[in-house]
Amino acid sequence: MSAILPPAERIWWKQPIDKLEYTWIAIALVWSLTMFAMMIWWHIYGNQNLANETYKTTKEMFAAKTQAVVDKYTVRTGTAAEKEFPIVAPPAGSDIYLIGRLWDWWPIYELEMGKTYKLHLSAMDYMHGFSLQPQNINIQVHPNYDHVIKITPNAKGTYSIVCNEYCGIGHHTMVGRLYVK
Amino acid sequence: MADQEENIPVMQRWLDNPFLLLFLGITIPTVLYILWGVMEIANIPVAH
Amino acid sequence: MATTYRICPRSGLQFDTDAEKLMRFHAVAGVLSLLVGGIMALGVILTRWPAVKLLPADVFYMVLTAHGIDMLIFWIIFFEMAVLIFASSTLLRCRLAMPKLAWASSWLMVLGAIMTNVAIFQGESSVMFTSYVPMQAKWHFYLGLILFAVGALLICFIFLGTLVVAKAEKTYEGSIPLVTFGALTACIIAIFTIAGGAVILIPTLLWSLGYIREIDSLMYRVVWWAMGHSSQQINVAAHVAIWYAIAAIVFGAKPMSEKVSRTAYFLYILFLQLACAHHLLSDPGLGSEWKVVNTSYFMYFAVLASMIHGMTVPGAIEQAQRLKGYNKGLFEWLRKAPWGNPAFSAMFLSLIGFGFLGGISGVMMGAEQLNMLIHNTIYVPGHFHATVVIGTTLAFMGLTYFLVPVLFKRELMFPGYAKLFPYLFGLSMYIVALVMMGAGTLGVSRRHWDMAFAGAPMAYEWPGAAYLMMGLTGIFGVIACVSGGLWILQIVFSILLGKKLEEGELRSTPIPLTLPAPTTGSHVHPPATPGTLVLALVFLTAFILYYFVNWKYLSSLWGLG
Repeated sequence: MSAILPPAERIWWKQPIDKLEYTWIAIALVWSLTMFAMMIWWHIYGNQNLANETYKTTKEMFAAKTQAVVDKYTVRTGTAAEKEFPIVAPPAGSDIYLIGRLWDWWPIYELEMGKTYKLHLSAMDYMHGFSLQPQNINIQVHPNYDHVIKITPNAKGTYSIVCNEYCGIGHHTMVGRLYVK
Repeated sequence: MADQEENIPVMQRWLDNPFLLLFLGITIPTVLYILWGVMEIANIPVAH
Repeated sequence: MATTYRICPRSGLQFDTDAEKLMRFHAVAGVLSLLVGGIMALGVILTRWPAVKLLPADVFYMVLTAHGIDMLIFWIIFFEMAVLIFASSTLLRCRLAMPKLAWASSWLMVLGAIMTNVAIFQGESSVMFTSYVPMQAKWHFYLGLILFAVGALLICFIFLGTLVVAKAEKTYEGSIPLVTFGALTACIIAIFTIAGGAVILIPTLLWSLGYIREIDSLMYRVVWWAMGHSSQQINVAAHVAIWYAIAAIVFGAKPMSEKVSRTAYFLYILFLQLACAHHLLSDPGLGSEWKVVNTSYFMYFAVLASMIHGMTVPGAIEQAQRLKGYNKGLFEWLRKAPWGNPAFSAMFLSLIGFGFLGGISGVMMGAEQLNMLIHNTIYVPGHFHATVVIGTTLAFMGLTYFLVPVLFKRELMFPGYAKLFPYLFGLSMYIVALVMMGAGTLGVSRRHWDMAFAGAPMAYEWPGAAYLMMGLTGIFGVIACVSGGLWILQIVFSILLGKKLEEGELRSTPIPLTLPAPTTGSHVHPPATPGTLVLALVFLTAFILYYFVNWKYLSSLWGLG
């Protein structure tokens, strides 16, 4: 009977299944398992896997580590809208710390193409969203967690870091920079 | 009637039991998603 | 047991009087939430439309918070409570369990909804639908949500209680109808949802009152999404049940196989809620094993279930139509479908849009690594406007056309608009969802007041195509809002001023369901459904292409590890 009435057959479990319906179920199952395998396959053979390396930290500790990198490797100072930003060029392979806070990304890094860096992300107040443009890599940034991601830029240029997690009234002004040369 | 009940396949009897379904539908996501997720967070090491 | 029963002369359905009043109550409360949410929607899109930019930032974020909560929580859950009552008391032809408690719960839900709305419009709770800590709303924002959830939870228990009553009083024989089984699935997911919400919102309430010092932001996101995402999975279970119901009501369609459809629902019960992890794929600290198992609904078994429903619903319609003689070629059954019947056209547009736009995009963004391409971009609202608006809301709206004469006993006014509405609203939402996803693919952020970054020291310039697509979002979003507004007016006018229809017989005892003699033995072989299989294969082709295009895109990014 129809779907709004109880099944007409007392034992519906044993009713035969239509051949085309069965075919579709088999196809859909194969596709589901393929998609599942794809994520695992990419972990082994793909180059873009978000690292899970994370530490509990404090705002003070993370700010101090960032300050240390800035003190050591700042090459010049950039000015934007009367605000000064240190431009920091650490050697390839080093740990670089990026702070998300109301409402900027601090500091500005200058990286080399093809070299790998360990990018640490953390927030100082609310959550923020690291959105690297025009690459379009998007990562959630939490306060009190230090998320370590190995990044290898593959093209030269000027990149922007847009905040894409709502963080209050000045959210739309929270844009940072990153240079790759 | 009682005779008929016994002929019903096990899977059909399970699907006819709302409270068994409720139990499964709460337990599985609670274990796989919430408890496992909370344990992952609890096991995050502390930075030095 | 002093209730009465009415047999509706138009549908043959039997309504318990308490249940009937409660359904009307929830339908009206839902539509009022939709009205508030819809006005807010207009504010949101007119601000995100770069050429218009209507509201200042603070008002925009307040309006966006209200839009999210009124639509994603209040509208759909109120309506779903009506669906639960309908699927239990009405379809099982049985009295509603504990009607007094049901009324108290319903009023509690209304109280909660009002309280949260008041908190939002006072202006100091613009924390978005997600209310992520450490951003803090006022205490009554959280308390309203908790009261609403408690009310909804009680009605879920009343639904289960009604199933028990129906079985004990033998108002039906054998198994519950497939639509009721779908509602049971929705109810189970709702209970998980509400429990998750309680676990996180109660501490958050205490934190906003100062009794708790701090709430961990990562812990909050994990537990909050057990509510935030699962609440939208209630929708999936509920609107799939409505697809089956409309197919049954309009065509007399019989499920292709009870076994297959119920097993697909069973997969929902087991695995659908795991997809809460979709929101945490780009978060720190959660292992890839956890992410992969959860985001894939345990090996994509819930996607398998959706693909099954996506075939068996049109398949059942094809069978019913072919039995009526529409047998020419692959698609005569579809061409000769009642495209002027808004219940059917809304349901079919809901099914196609949910599958092609919502389903494919949802699975793409739910792949662990691909998620980085779209996390927190406007792709995400693009996706869920395809699922929640095209999938759920359109199906609910289509069903409402059926409910006006049956439940409200009024003749529908402006039937010409009803014919047009599903296309006008549905197709403009198709475009809105598509262009939002397009802009999101280019990286445009969600929940963002100004894509031109006015006042930012180092603004980024989006490509022209992103501006174009946000402009199109504006234009078609306005069309959708206006047509949705007219739908609300049509329903409200019909309920208040429509011609009164015959009530039908009122009785003090229910008439149990009598089924036609069982068909066992002389089993008629139903016709095959080649047309539906072709449609399904077209869907699969689109799915596979789009899925791998995105992996190709991902492979061009910076190395990440």
